[in-house]
Amino acid sequence: MKKFLIALLFAPLMAFASGGNVHLDKWPGSVSDKAALQNGAKLFVNYCLNCHGASYMRYKNLMDLGLTEQQVKDNLMFTSDKIGGLMAVAARSDEQKLWFGATPPDLTILARARGEAGNAGAGADWLYTYLRSFYRDPNRPTGWNNVVFENVGMPHILYGLQGQQVMNHETHKLEIAVPGTMPPAEYDKAISDLVGFMVWMGEPQQEFRRTLGMFVLAFLGLLFVVAYALKKEYWKDIH
Amino acid sequence: MAGGTFEKYKSDGSLGGNLLEWVDARFPATSMWKGHLSEYYAPKNFNFWYFFGSLALLVLVIQIVTGIFLVMHYKPDAALNANGVPIAFASVEYIMRDVPGGWLIRYMHSTGASAFFIVVYLHMFRGLIYGSYRKPRELTWLFGVGIFLVLMGEAFFGYLLPWGQMSFWGAQVIVNLFGAIPVIGNDLSIIIRGDFVVGDATLNRFFSFHVIAFPLVLIGLVAAHVLALHETGSNNPDGVEIKANKDENGIPRDGIPFHPYYTVKDIVGVVVFLMVFSAVMFFAPEGGGYFLETPNFYPADPLKTPPHIAPVWYFTPFYSILRAVVWNFFGLDAKFWGVVAMGASVVIFAFLPWLDRSPVKSIRYRGPITKVMITIFVICFFILGYLGTLSPSPMGELVSQVCSVFYFGFFLAMPWWSRMDKFKPVPERVTMK
Amino acid sequence: MSNQGKVDCGRRRLVVATAAVGGAGAVAALVPFVSSLLPSERAKAAGAPVEVDVSKLEAGEMMTVEWRGKPVWIINRTKDMLETLPKLADQVADPKSEKNQQPEYAKNETRSIKPEMLVVVGICTHLGCSPSSKFKKGAEEGMAGDWLGGFLCPCHGSTFDFAGRVFKAKPAPTNLEVPPHVYLSDTRILIGEDKKGA
Repeated sequence: MKKFLIALLFAPLMAFASGGNVHLDKWPGSVSDKAALQNGAKLFVNYCLNCHGASYMRYKNLMDLGLTEQQVKDNLMFTSDKIGGLMAVAARSDEQKLWFGATPPDLTILARARGEAGNAGAGADWLYTYLRSFYRDPNRPTGWNNVVFENVGMPHILYGLQGQQVMNHETHKLEIAVPGTMPPAEYDKAISDLVGFMVWMGEPQQEFRRTLGMFVLAFLGLLFVVAYALKKEYWKDIH
Repeated sequence: MAGGTFEKYKSDGSLGGNLLEWVDARFPATSMWKGHLSEYYAPKNFNFWYFFGSLALLVLVIQIVTGIFLVMHYKPDAALNANGVPIAFASVEYIMRDVPGGWLIRYMHSTGASAFFIVVYLHMFRGLIYGSYRKPRELTWLFGVGIFLVLMGEAFFGYLLPWGQMSFWGAQVIVNLFGAIPVIGNDLSIIIRGDFVVGDATLNRFFSFHVIAFPLVLIGLVAAHVLALHETGSNNPDGVEIKANKDENGIPRDGIPFHPYYTVKDIVGVVVFLMVFSAVMFFAPEGGGYFLETPNFYPADPLKTPPHIAPVWYFTPFYSILRAVVWNFFGLDAKFWGVVAMGASVVIFAFLPWLDRSPVKSIRYRGPITKVMITIFVICFFILGYLGTLSPSPMGELVSQVCSVFYFGFFLAMPWWSRMDKFKPVPERVTMK
Repeated sequence: MSNQGKVDCGRRRLVVATAAVGGAGAVAALVPFVSSLLPSERAKAAGAPVEVDVSKLEAGEMMTVEWRGKPVWIINRTKDMLETLPKLADQVADPKSEKNQQPEYAKNETRSIKPEMLVVVGICTHLGCSPSSKFKKGAEEGMAGDWLGGFLCPCHGSTFDFAGRVFKAKPAPTNLEVPPHVYLSDTRILIGEDKKGA
């Protein structure tokens, strides 16, 4: 028990430390794929939101994924009855600390936080790899370990879908020992959707930001043309 | 020129004319307009490097305006909200998500912070290569160094406000540096923090410094910088004093009125700058993880240090110098000397006007030694900056030590190498290249 | 070099063009700043419509609910109370509710959807105080002897009847505001939305 607590205490630290040296699979998705994001949202509220909050997000924001208010209310809301409410976790953080040894982090901007200097988009790759790299480890109190996040405190929530992987100590690769309800390709797609949702959630207006940026740059291009012509005109005087 | 006397405005009888005459009799409107713009004669040979002064002013305005609007929504409070998130951190995400247009204002401010340093570094580099700091512009240069120091403070205080992991631990490390000062160090760092660790008291006083004290000083110094410049007149890429050659009306033969010639030129510079600025802000607001560091998307946690703390990129050259000092001297430990070296590496810029003994100002008429020295200096500055973003390593330590020696050598040996260097005759008049 | 009086046509046109394009850009740049002054998503969530169950509200009773940070009164008026309304028609400033202080469906003598159930924003239209209820007739609650019951604003003495209509010659310029509301069922009222637009 003591070992368990110590391990949990240090797990977050080791997570930081273990980020760099594991090969990360490239996240194959895109934040402009609305259908994928909707599927990701569904997975998120079903599997993640029980323990993790997304407490800077409002349910209302989910309508930006092309859903109506009624669809959001019917499919994506369990805890809050207000569409304008925050996607906070029902469990209280101090109680969770007691149960898990650490408060599960808020996930709203986790995809951004997992980025790296020089590669701000690496958070998506990390999540995509992490959620597919759980394996059975009898030495761990939860029975689970993770290649990307060594001695992680979180058990594999999605093992029903993925199945149970084990570490082959000769090849150092993960192999499926007990199949889940999804074949590997389908599971990868589901995780890609989930990660896509988390990337989108990190900054819901990011698509609009890029669109607006195109307009602003086009406008500045126009302004440049006039301003440059004006400068040329005046500087004719200077010899 | 500036400070000269101009005739008061005489009305042409129109309503607007009468009003202007009334105002001008009571306020130096005409004389300010003429002295600083329409009859301020600037050398006609300004090149690319002369855009960055006005751009720095533009960024200052952007930062002040966006800052005013951010303060309306930001809350400097380290206490946890109902969801277990520090209120300050949550209020930044609130601005990003819940405040209409808030994300854009916040990105303008965060991109503006980095843009400010880019522009100011280029502006300083211009001064360095064309000898803008030399007589008679020493005071303009000193005000400029003051602006740079205040700007560093402003950026440092501002970086704590989002109350993320980098904010917290960056402030923790920098404040602890003051603890290295003998005798008073410990008490000093407690006074700065207002607590034994960086906490709510620290956050609130940094907020106060960031939004009130330092901006006021900054604006004052900028005014002094510009006034001092307009007293002496601008230097130029040839380093020729245009005032030495005036026509019969007392107007420098190589001077042109700042307005309209440099206003229309600076507008072009502003538009190009805004294009680059917008490209970053709209398409890569994190600046690749350098403008907004990714660990800062985790709320501050006083119990958990990120394994690798790096200051924001604009501080890293000086931070590298700090880390390069690993030796104890005179019974004082390396930590103290590191702080001294870091402080000295910034303040040493103030001595440039008296270190440079070359007979000519501009790099155009100076010999190979100057060109080599400035090149090495810039390379060292970049290497130090790059190393400052990395985790410490034995190799990095050695390289940063070598670069630090070059960095200081550039300044300290300047009286000798600047005099030793060959130089070409400076022309009477400016050249248009 | 001399440029005095050399403002020719082409130059002027370029100045105007640059000023126009630049000015348009400056105005566009104002948009995020001005819109940041509008209520945020949090404020909107707090100002969302409120659902109220009035099944427990007895005749002659009043309840207060908060909507957009303002008190909204719901008063289940007795027959007696309702009978005072026609009597006061010549004493109140706007007996027929002609000023736009209520949705169309509450523009009637009782200023309500159901005659007995008054839903009104409990903020005096003078300077924003919340009037207090003076339901008892006569001088019992410190009112004049001919008082038929209603509300008194403690700040500047405006008085309102049981339909929230302001009495003549009082500081308040208009009747109390009736918020948009709709009956979801017989006893459930949604305040803040009347499903007209949505």
